[in-house]
Amino acid sequence: MSADRPDLVIQGLGKRFGATVALDGVDLRLPGGSLVCFVGPSGCGKTTLLRVIAGLETPTTGHLLLGDRDLTRVPVHLREVGMVFQSYALFPHLTVAENVAYGLRIRGVKRRERLARAQELLALVQLPDVADKRIAELSGGMRQRVAMARALALDPALFLLDEPLSALDAKLREGMQVELRRLQRRVGITTIIVTHDQEEAMAMADLVVVMGDNRVQQVGPPLEIYRRPVNRFVANFVGRNNFLPARVVANDAVEVAGVRVSVARDLPVPQVGTDVTVAARPEMLRLRAQAPAGPALRGTVSMVRDLGRAVETRVRVVGQELVVSGRGGFAEGDEVWVELPEAGLVALAA
Amino acid sequence: MSAPAAPPAISSSAHAASGDGPWPHVLLAWPTVALTVLFLVPLGIIAALGFFRRIQAGFFEVAFVTDNYARALDAFHLERLAVSVVLALAATLVTLLLAVPFTYLLTRRPRARQVPYLVLVLASLSLSEVIVAFAWSLLLSRTSGISNLLVAVGLMDRAASWSPGLAAVLLAYVFIALPLAILSLYPTFSRLDQELPEAAGTMGATPLAGFVTVVLPLVRRAVAATGALVFIFVLGAYVIPQTLGRPAQWTMPVHITDQAIMKNHLPLAASLAIVLLVVSSLVAVAIVALGAGRWPRLALPGRAR
Repeated sequence: MSADRPDLVIQGLGKRFGATVALDGVDLRLPGGSLVCFVGPSGCGKTTLLRVIAGLETPTTGHLLLGDRDLTRVPVHLREVGMVFQSYALFPHLTVAENVAYGLRIRGVKRRERLARAQELLALVQLPDVADKRIAELSGGMRQRVAMARALALDPALFLLDEPLSALDAKLREGMQVELRRLQRRVGITTIIVTHDQEEAMAMADLVVVMGDNRVQQVGPPLEIYRRPVNRFVANFVGRNNFLPARVVANDAVEVAGVRVSVARDLPVPQVGTDVTVAARPEMLRLRAQAPAGPALRGTVSMVRDLGRAVETRVRVVGQELVVSGRGGFAEGDEVWVELPEAGLVALAA
Repeated sequence: MSAPAAPPAISSSAHAASGDGPWPHVLLAWPTVALTVLFLVPLGIIAALGFFRRIQAGFFEVAFVTDNYARALDAFHLERLAVSVVLALAATLVTLLLAVPFTYLLTRRPRARQVPYLVLVLASLSLSEVIVAFAWSLLLSRTSGISNLLVAVGLMDRAASWSPGLAAVLLAYVFIALPLAILSLYPTFSRLDQELPEAAGTMGATPLAGFVTVVLPLVRRAVAATGALVFIFVLGAYVIPQTLGRPAQWTMPVHITDQAIMKNHLPLAASLAIVLLVVSSLVAVAIVALGAGRWPRLALPGRAR
């Protein structure tokens, strides 16, 4: 992305803790200067991967390259990473400014100089008046900003954040997402954020890395992950989805409950005649009172919930319940047609 | 059958739960009673005993003389007192230098892996000073000690005697104090957020620099309190210096025992004990104060002002 920020390349990375496999064959190329989110359920290995990148864990197999520099065996203190820990890990015996200037102190920067730099960084994270406060005097949101300022103090090659927003309440979290995105644009440092919240990942990232079962499941821009999940795990974890059993009838079409419908062509559709699962986002489905021209499934409305920005209608179709998100207009018990989108469905291995 | 007895039982348990009734007070009063009866009263007796007059042929008689305290503060005994304090401080320093890194590294391990070490530490704590002193005097002897083992494997030419001596006394002091120090440090160290030294590492601090600038300032009170504990514990030992030391290493407790038991001079022994108590308390308070104050500024890059 940026000429002076080298790409981070991860090759065949594996990590075991005794008999437990924490990471299994991870291959990634993260463009320099981009904001990447590692997202996945707890225990999927995303934090371990971040810790390996930081140098806090040594990989069992594989390599880690920043540009042409091999980081695999470089100890953490020589790696030039800035990290925001989940607990923030601020030093309680130091003031805010001393925390931010800690890395400069270790580097031997003079006291006056490093405290001036700490002031600049605190201004960058919009915390100008807390330099002499103790960490215990700060709120959660303020601590979070101090942790970010501290991590950026040495102008690191990589900015790593482990669940940075998980301790904040919902309102503050949304504001911080925007702010974090802006901050990253300003400093331009390659940034990796670990989160279990897929919405957060979608809202912030240039590139989303979906992890599950200790391996990378899919890598791509948020919209691609959302629209073209490569497997059922991703389709299920990212956003909401309806899953329907189907059978391949052509290299670009499947049959769902006797209805032929085309699927996104750029997906590897299995051989004709094999059973697959199609995934359909709730907002991609349309409800019709009359049979539409295109492919549609007939069903009965089983529940209606008005969620404000959309109405969620549940329809019983071929023995299962489909969730449709739209303008509503139907009542429980209504007979409806669920219109399937042309080329909007994703066929996945059954 | 027992129905009539039920209501009082319920009401008395309600009393106990809400803190009413005499029992909580009785239980809480126990430490005060114990402290007074078992500590302050004997202490008072000893302090008073120091002023009694010794009877040459017999025991002592009640009197008020200052000879004993004067003798306890003469050049010989002051020199013994200095030796005792310096030896105990040296043993405390060595113990802390071993116990602090050990406990730190131990608490970085997963819980399950800590257990065998803790069991070992607790087991060695169960050995009395007498057993430790005699065990080491055997292990350091020429006839049956460790040096024979080193001769057998070819590391030494001939067996040597390493006891009695200063090194033997310090070794045994550290041996008895180490488990105590580790157990005293353990709770503070295991509560320390593991991410703190990691964060220091991401900001360029070597493990040692992170330990000195982040871990030590956060545990300094616990380290100082442990130091005071070890100092008092070691200063009170008398079998170790007597068994493993030469007369040059005989500490105040050895001389107190000598006066009290061998020479039957209880008033002098009592006055020596009071002097030792006062001095050891002052040193222990000084150690704790050192921990509560600012950590001595250690030479690190970037310290220049």
